[in-house]
Amino acid sequence: MLKLIGKFIRGQHDWAEGFFHKGGKLERLYPLYEAHDTFLFTPGETTKGSTHVRDAIDLKRMMSIVVVALIPCIFMALYNTGFQANLIYATALEKMQEQQGASFDLEAAKQTLRLTPPEDATTSDYLVRLVTGNKSLPNWRMLVLDYFDFDWTDAGTFSGNFLSPGHLLKSLLHGALFFFPVWFVGLAAGGLCEAFFAIVRRHEINEGFLVTSTLFPLTLPADIPLWQVALGIIFGVVVGKEIFGGTGKNFLNPALTARAFLYFNNAPYISGDNVWTAVDGYSGATGLGALAVKGTGGDVAATLGSLQGSVAGQVIDKPLYWWDAFVGNMHGSMGETSTLACLIGAVILIASGIGSWRIMAGTVIGMAGFSFLLSQVSTDTAIYAATPLWHLVLGGFAFGAVFMATDPVSASMTETGKWIYGFLIGFMTVVVRALNPGYAEGIMLAILFANCCAPLIDYFVVQANISRRLARNAA
Amino acid sequence: MSSSKKGLGSILFGPVFDNNPIALQMLGICSALAVTTKMDKSLTMCLAVIAVTAVSSAAISAIRSFIPGSIRIIVQMTIIASMVIIVDQVLKAFVYDVSKELSVFVGLIITNCIVMGRAEGFAMSNNVRDSFVDGVGNGLGYSVVLMAVAFFRELFGSWSLFGYQLVSDEFKREFTQGLMLQSPSAFFLIGAFIWVLRTAKPAQIEKA
Repeated sequence: MLKLIGKFIRGQHDWAEGFFHKGGKLERLYPLYEAHDTFLFTPGETTKGSTHVRDAIDLKRMMSIVVVALIPCIFMALYNTGFQANLIYATALEKMQEQQGASFDLEAAKQTLRLTPPEDATTSDYLVRLVTGNKSLPNWRMLVLDYFDFDWTDAGTFSGNFLSPGHLLKSLLHGALFFFPVWFVGLAAGGLCEAFFAIVRRHEINEGFLVTSTLFPLTLPADIPLWQVALGIIFGVVVGKEIFGGTGKNFLNPALTARAFLYFNNAPYISGDNVWTAVDGYSGATGLGALAVKGTGGDVAATLGSLQGSVAGQVIDKPLYWWDAFVGNMHGSMGETSTLACLIGAVILIASGIGSWRIMAGTVIGMAGFSFLLSQVSTDTAIYAATPLWHLVLGGFAFGAVFMATDPVSASMTETGKWIYGFLIGFMTVVVRALNPGYAEGIMLAILFANCCAPLIDYFVVQANISRRLARNAA
Repeated sequence: MSSSKKGLGSILFGPVFDNNPIALQMLGICSALAVTTKMDKSLTMCLAVIAVTAVSSAAISAIRSFIPGSIRIIVQMTIIASMVIIVDQVLKAFVYDVSKELSVFVGLIITNCIVMGRAEGFAMSNNVRDSFVDGVGNGLGYSVVLMAVAFFRELFGSWSLFGYQLVSDEFKREFTQGLMLQSPSAFFLIGAFIWVLRTAKPAQIEKA
C-alpha cells in the first residue's frame, strides 16, 4: 500500500518536473519544486567530478538529526506546559474549596479561574485572543479541554507526581494546544520568507530552516501572541540569515535572533512574572527572577523553596527544588525547562558528531568557573550565592548550551576556538544573570555576543597557529 | 572638482538619491539614531541641518581664498559653530518645546560629519552660489533618510504621525513595537533604506 502511494507521488512529481525546469512555465519557482522533491525523496544526483570530501553526512541528514535530538525537548515542552497549567488550576480550585467550605460552587470557581468561557463568547473573540494575546478575551483552548471532559478538581493527582502516567495525556494535550499553533505559525511565516528569498535569489531552499523553526517555539513562553511569532521568525530569517546570503553565511543564530528581536520589541509578552505559566492571570517569579531580587540573602535553596505564585486572589505555593528544576518541573519558556531532556539531546548530538562537545564543555566550564567565583563573594542577592549546579538547571542554560551555542554556522570553527567560544558563553551568561540587574536570564544574550566574537576568535587562533609553526620552522 | 560644469539641478538633487550622505557616504548617522523617534522632532532637526550646511558652506566658500590651508579646519569649525549657535537660539526662541526635546542634538550638528564634509570637500573649491545649493542638497539627502526612518519609527513605535495618533488606545497597547522606540531600530531601518536604494541603483553597490 505504502509502495503504491509512493509510486503515485513519484509519478505526479515526475509529471510536474517539466514545468519547473529551464524553459518551463514555472521556471522561477524551481526552488519550491526542488525543496519538495528532496524532502520527500532521496535525490538521484551524484557528484560529477572528483570530490574533495567524502562523507556520509550531508546537510539534510545533519539537520534531521538535530530535529531528532530535539524530540525529548519537544516532548517536555508539550508535557511541562500542560502540566504546569493543570497543576495551578487544580491547586487553585482546591484552595478555593478549602476557603469557602460548604458554600463552594465549582462552576463559579471555574469561572473565576476563567476555565469556562462566558456564554456570549464568539469565534472572533477566540481568534483575536489567539492572534493578539489579549488575555482579557476568552481562551479557545478551554473549549477543546471541555470537549475532552477535563477535570481539575483533584489537585492530589497533579502535585508531586511530575511525569507520572496518570495525567500524562491530560498534560500533553493541554500543552499541545499551546505549542503547535506557535510551531505552525513559525513554520509558515518563516517558510514563506525562505521560499521567497530562494526564488528571487535562485538558490535552493535549505533544510536549515527546519531546525530554526523547531528551535524557535521552544524558546518562547506558551501563550505568546501569534503575530509576534510570525514577526519574530521573519526578522530572524531575513535579518539573521538571508541578508548575509542564506544558510551557511549567517554570523548569528537565526532562531536566537528571532527571540532576541521579540525580547526587545515586545518585552511585556516575553519577560516578567506573568507569562511563564499558561494560566490566565497567573503571576509567579521564575527561579532566576526570584534569585536576582535584592535582599534575598545567600540561601539559594531557601529562596527557591519558598517561591509563590498567585492567581485569582489565591496564593499558591510553588517551591522549586533542584531535582524538579533538573527534570523540568518548573515554569519558563516552553522547551527550556528540562535540563534532563537537553542532556539526552546532547548525547545524540555528540554521538552523531554534529554538536561540538568542546563548545558544550567550554560553556559549562565558563559558567561553573565564574559562578563558583561569584559564590565566594558574599552579597545580599541570592544569585551570587547560586552554585554552578543551580545555574546549570535554572533558566535556559542547558538548552542554549546544547542546541543554540553549537550551531555550526555561527560558532567558532577552529577546535581551540570552540573552547574559547564556549567559555565566553558560559562566562557571559553568569555575568548577565548575576551582575546585570536588568535581565534575569543571560544565555540568549551571551550566545549572540559570542556569535559576534566567533570570527575574531577563529582569526586569532589561526594567526597563533601560523606564528607558532613559523617559529618552529625557523629554528 | 569642476562643479561649474555641473548644472545647479544636479548639485541640488544629486545628493538626495545618487550620492546620499547617509546611505552612500555613511555620514551623520549618529543624529539619525537619536532624533528619529518622532516626525516633528526630525523635521526640526532636518531644517536645522539644511540651514547650517547651506549657510556655512556659502560663508566658507565666500572667504575660501583667504583661509590659510594650515588652519582651514579651525576656521571652518568656527563658522559652522557660529551658525549652529544661531540656529539653536532661533529654535529656543520660537519652538521651545521641540528645542527642549532635541536637547543637545542641535548643538551636536557641529560634529555632524556632513557639514564638515561639504565645507572641506565642496565649499573650499567652489563658488558661493554652488556651495549654497550643494549645502541645501546634502541637507535634503540627510532629510530624506531621516524623515523615512522617523516615519516608520513613529508609525510602528507610537502608532502616530506628527503626533496625531492613528489607532485606538487598545490597538496601540497591544501592537506597540518597543524596538522602534530604541536606537537600534534606526540602524535596521537605515540598513533597509540602503538595501532598497542599492537594489534600485545597482551602481552604488561596492565591490566586495
